[in-house]
Amino acid sequence: MTVLAQARRLTIRFGALAAVDSVDLAVEGGEVVGLLGANGAGKTTLIRLLLGLLRPSGGEALLFGALPSMDTRRRVGYVSQTLGLYDDMTVEENWTFTSAAFGSGRPAMPASISASSDELVGTLPLGVQRRVAFAVAFSHGPELLVLDEPTSGVGPLSRARLWQDVRDSAEHGTGILVTTHNMEEAAQCDRLVVMVGGRVAADGTVAEVIASRTVVEVVCDDWRKAFAVLDGAGLVVQVQGEVLRVPGSTDQVAALLSGHDLGVRLAVVPANLEEAFVSIVSPPPRR
Amino acid sequence: MRWGLENASVKFGSRLALDRVSLAAEPSTIRVVVGGDGAGKSTLVRALVGLVRLCQGDALRPPKRQIGYVPASAGLYVDLTVKENLAFSGSAYGVVGSQLAERSAELLERIGLNDATERLGGQLSGGMQRKLAVAMALLHRPSLLVLDEPTTGVDPLSRAELWRLISATAAAGTAVVATTTYVEEAHRASKVTLLEQGRSIATGSPRDIVSAVPGALGVVRSKAQPGGLSWRWGTAWRIWAPSGELPEGAEPLQAGFEDAVIIAALVDQEKV
Repeated sequence: MTVLAQARRLTIRFGALAAVDSVDLAVEGGEVVGLLGANGAGKTTLIRLLLGLLRPSGGEALLFGALPSMDTRRRVGYVSQTLGLYDDMTVEENWTFTSAAFGSGRPAMPASISASSDELVGTLPLGVQRRVAFAVAFSHGPELLVLDEPTSGVGPLSRARLWQDVRDSAEHGTGILVTTHNMEEAAQCDRLVVMVGGRVAADGTVAEVIASRTVVEVVCDDWRKAFAVLDGAGLVVQVQGEVLRVPGSTDQVAALLSGHDLGVRLAVVPANLEEAFVSIVSPPPRR
Repeated sequence: MRWGLENASVKFGSRLALDRVSLAAEPSTIRVVVGGDGAGKSTLVRALVGLVRLCQGDALRPPKRQIGYVPASAGLYVDLTVKENLAFSGSAYGVVGSQLAERSAELLERIGLNDATERLGGQLSGGMQRKLAVAMALLHRPSLLVLDEPTTGVDPLSRAELWRLISATAAAGTAVVATTTYVEEAHRASKVTLLEQGRSIATGSPRDIVSAVPGALGVVRSKAQPGGLSWRWGTAWRIWAPSGELPEGAEPLQAGFEDAVIIAALVDQEKV
């Protein structure tokens, strides 16, 4: 497989802060790589470095094996968090402008957006705007697609459709780098890279990122009481319906809940991706 | 039903923004309303707290002083400090003096902002702003807490912390109604309502919604999209057969909650 985008010990400092710190990363053709991290972990900065929109303080960013330039950028499609469309231009004007900027001739507008071709982008519902931004990013047949939180605020069905487009492109050889806060989406990526404080804290398949992490599942007669006890002890308790999930050992949880007469049943279960993520990015407890 | 909506409709001009929605908000339970952009989530919560008028049906709610409400945008003042925001909200609800000081300290500790009381609301990260807004709505210990998209755009770590705060509130007896666009958050609810174009297309516990999925769900591992009602999941396809007869080559699959949500939306689309 060809490496489309690569970071080698890529670093950028803003004053004393290393927003991206010695990051190694590669996106190959045909794969969907999910970039995860808390807000402020450096995801968007890393993307901007890879695209050549920021100049690194150290290491290097390569697009198609070369430093980012106008020529390499032509081969990339990018949907930013803000979608990057012109609100006061119509869908068709946005389409024509982008085609001209990328020098991709006059590709036909896909049916999914042509119904709104004469509408001002700013007046369209968010879901439609997003479809337009996707269509525009796909229009010049990019070899690499970079999507920054592409489905924030989108309903389940529209999201499934957007992912269909993403997968179709991957099957045609396009490499995709996507950031998301949505763990269902992250679970659909071929590979994940988790950033914490500008560095790569974990990477690999979903199973590799979850690794051997487990949580204790608590079933009992009164979840409210059990929650109050465990939460009061400073554990990060998550409620699922009436079942509690807590990081830690069964011994620790059992000891905290003993004497409360709650008919407690404990089980150690594999952590889900969200729980693994929280454990990777959480600062160690203060006390 | 203690509080909630009964057969409630809301019209904006000729547009029906909320269409005969019923939803119960019971003490000590978390009700999550899931829907995309434009599904009517904000209209639903605004109808529940009394900010828009119903054209049909009923809204049952406690007196205003017992409601905590966080709108989808803001919910705090960017040019007031953390402390001033809490004091302002406190004075609106009659929580002042030592009561305000004690309750603020408790909530600030809870949301991890006790070292940042002099920072301006606008200087906080998105996740912190949402946590502060929820804390402001909790100052007066409301019996009904209504949150409009408290976690949209918030990263998973802050989201887990926010949910911990919301769960603690429900555990202490408050009825909670929260909207979200993240399907995965519905797992945290005791009861879920799926909202699409102003209509409730499925309701119940996450388990009820999954077990109510009609027909059969399967996986097809092929490059090309299989016929019928199918959508992508990872490198394979999910296919749903309303008749219960999966096509040849499809391996049957136990539906998860996300599948159930997509199927409910597909069923709804067929009806329309």
